[in-house]
Amino acid sequence: MATARRTDRTWRQVTIAIPYLWLFVFFLLPFAIILKISLADPIIAQPPFTPTFDAQGALSVTLDNFLFLLTDKLYALTYVKSVLLAMAATVSCLILGFPMAYGIARASPSTRSLLLLLIVLPFWISFLLRVYAWMGLLNNYGAINNALMWLDLIDQPIQFMYTDFAIFIGLTYSYLPFMVLPLYATLERMDLDLVEAAQDLGASRTRAFWDVTWPLARAGVIAGCLLVFIPAMGEYVIPYLLGGSESLLIGRVLFDEFFVNRDWPLASSVAIVLLLLLVVPIVLLQRNQARNEEQPT
Amino acid sequence: MTDQSGPDDFIRIRNVSKHFGDFVAVDGVDLDIGKSELFSILGGSGCGKSTLLRMMAGFETPTSGTIEIDGVDVTDQPPYERPVNMMFQSYAIFPHMDVEKNIGYGLRKEGIPGEEIAKRVDDVIRLVQLGDFRRRKPDQLSGGQQQRVALARALIKRPKVLLLDEPLAALDKKLREHTQFELMNIQDELGITFVVVTHDQEEAMTLSTRIAVMDRGRFLQVGTPKEIYEYPQSRFVADFIGTINTFEGTVTRVSDDTMSVDCPDLGGSVRALHDDNIGVNVGQQVCIAVRPEKMFISVERPEDDEGVQVRGTVDDLGYLGNLSLYRIRLESGRRIQVSRQNQRRSARRFVEWEDEVWISWRPRSAIVIRGES
Repeated sequence: MATARRTDRTWRQVTIAIPYLWLFVFFLLPFAIILKISLADPIIAQPPFTPTFDAQGALSVTLDNFLFLLTDKLYALTYVKSVLLAMAATVSCLILGFPMAYGIARASPSTRSLLLLLIVLPFWISFLLRVYAWMGLLNNYGAINNALMWLDLIDQPIQFMYTDFAIFIGLTYSYLPFMVLPLYATLERMDLDLVEAAQDLGASRTRAFWDVTWPLARAGVIAGCLLVFIPAMGEYVIPYLLGGSESLLIGRVLFDEFFVNRDWPLASSVAIVLLLLLVVPIVLLQRNQARNEEQPT
Repeated sequence: MTDQSGPDDFIRIRNVSKHFGDFVAVDGVDLDIGKSELFSILGGSGCGKSTLLRMMAGFETPTSGTIEIDGVDVTDQPPYERPVNMMFQSYAIFPHMDVEKNIGYGLRKEGIPGEEIAKRVDDVIRLVQLGDFRRRKPDQLSGGQQQRVALARALIKRPKVLLLDEPLAALDKKLREHTQFELMNIQDELGITFVVVTHDQEEAMTLSTRIAVMDRGRFLQVGTPKEIYEYPQSRFVADFIGTINTFEGTVTRVSDDTMSVDCPDLGGSVRALHDDNIGVNVGQQVCIAVRPEKMFISVERPEDDEGVQVRGTVDDLGYLGNLSLYRIRLESGRRIQVSRQNQRRSARRFVEWEDEVWISWRPRSAIVIRGES
């Protein structure tokens, strides 16, 4: 018995260790490397940055890259624009995704699985291909402009491609499933009696939605928003393909600094700042949520 | 249609049906419920009782028929406009609000000023004895406390009718008994008409002023608990309420107040009283039904020769403390159930397994139910 219990515990430790090990090797370690590079100076060499310890073994770090990011207005603007675009995409995903998730959660079980399949179906097709398809749709002579002209709504094609609007459409389209799925999960679990109880006690349908459904869907809303906002912030492919050359977003800047300018230290610091921008609000949010949950009795 | 509703038709349900596609959940039901009644709708799952309740609450619209409450036709009113509140089987307490907020919800929706809400919340909290828990969140309450919150929340708007969907089903036995009486007291104190839906016949019996027994979307019988128990009009009602022994038979002789019924299971002809209105004819198929507690069990042949007497063997016996249950195998092979009060204090059993016994009952104890053709 005692040995059985001991093996039990060993196994438990092993199962816990695996994800930790994974996170250590594939997240913490790369992060440490990026941090180290961000504190170096760029040089033309292999690798293209100064070592952390110089020939004499003395520590050689610099905050120049971060100072540069803070002082150069271009970078600040890029961050702001990325945040705004990601936010806009998040909000539009929420507005589109909530009714979808609600409809799926309230559908009959057989229809429900079909609808869920339809939500997930786009993942079967390469992401790149789907973004290319949007180029075909948004083009000056693409499907949308052709349709609008054929309907005589416009005489001239509207310039969709290579605008922030195209990026916004692309982000919304690509990340909508990440909003719908967590929302569906919370709405599906929700007891319908609660909505009826609210109506029974004098709340109209709309009132009952805001009093009961919405607050109880909060966890799903937050999860969905994070799942859309975070990847949308650093998105590279969509701005590259749908956005104009002048629409500078943080993912694009990151790529250019690494692979075009080969300024690894600056690119690394761009990445670190991006990470902080994402992590700090999430931590605050989580702390706020934890506090809400353990309210005094 | 009258504007003034009398005391006996505070709720008037007229020819109400509800179809879900091909399925008929409620099938042309008529029902009058009086003011301040504690009325139960009793039936097995899927009999349509919950659908009927939901139509009274306004969550379902009848396919046909009308529902009036206190003289007002509410058939097409949405739930939030009806003078009716409901206590859900799941309690449906809002998990994101504390006890006080939950209870006050209905008043806040009415736009009642804050001080009055506070006062009325205080009153119902006292009524259901939740004083110490007012700031708790629902997940910090026991099942019994949640049930009180649900009750208080439904009562606070002083509805004309309170609908209760299986109000005690989620409670354990002791608490259920206690809560039953509490519900009755509250009903008595407030004078609100209660309509209870339940599958638990014991619950319906103790709580209600009247019971409607429902099966397959129709009412089989509506009456006081006593009427339903002692004078069931159909096999289903007799079987559904309590335990009963039924014997199929053919009427062989009918006189002014008695009849003879030939029951193969009882090994011959038995006498039964000609009950009220059930007009029987010679040759008709009937069913003699006798409750276990109306039967006597004895070792010696009983002397009263007016009664029905049959011989049998003790197949099984169970001691329940207050009474003992016997399963008796009659000579015909038929098994029946007899119960007997344990009036004497004794550690010895009065009969043993495989003992030969006499079973008897008075003709007036037997219920005669017309056979279903």
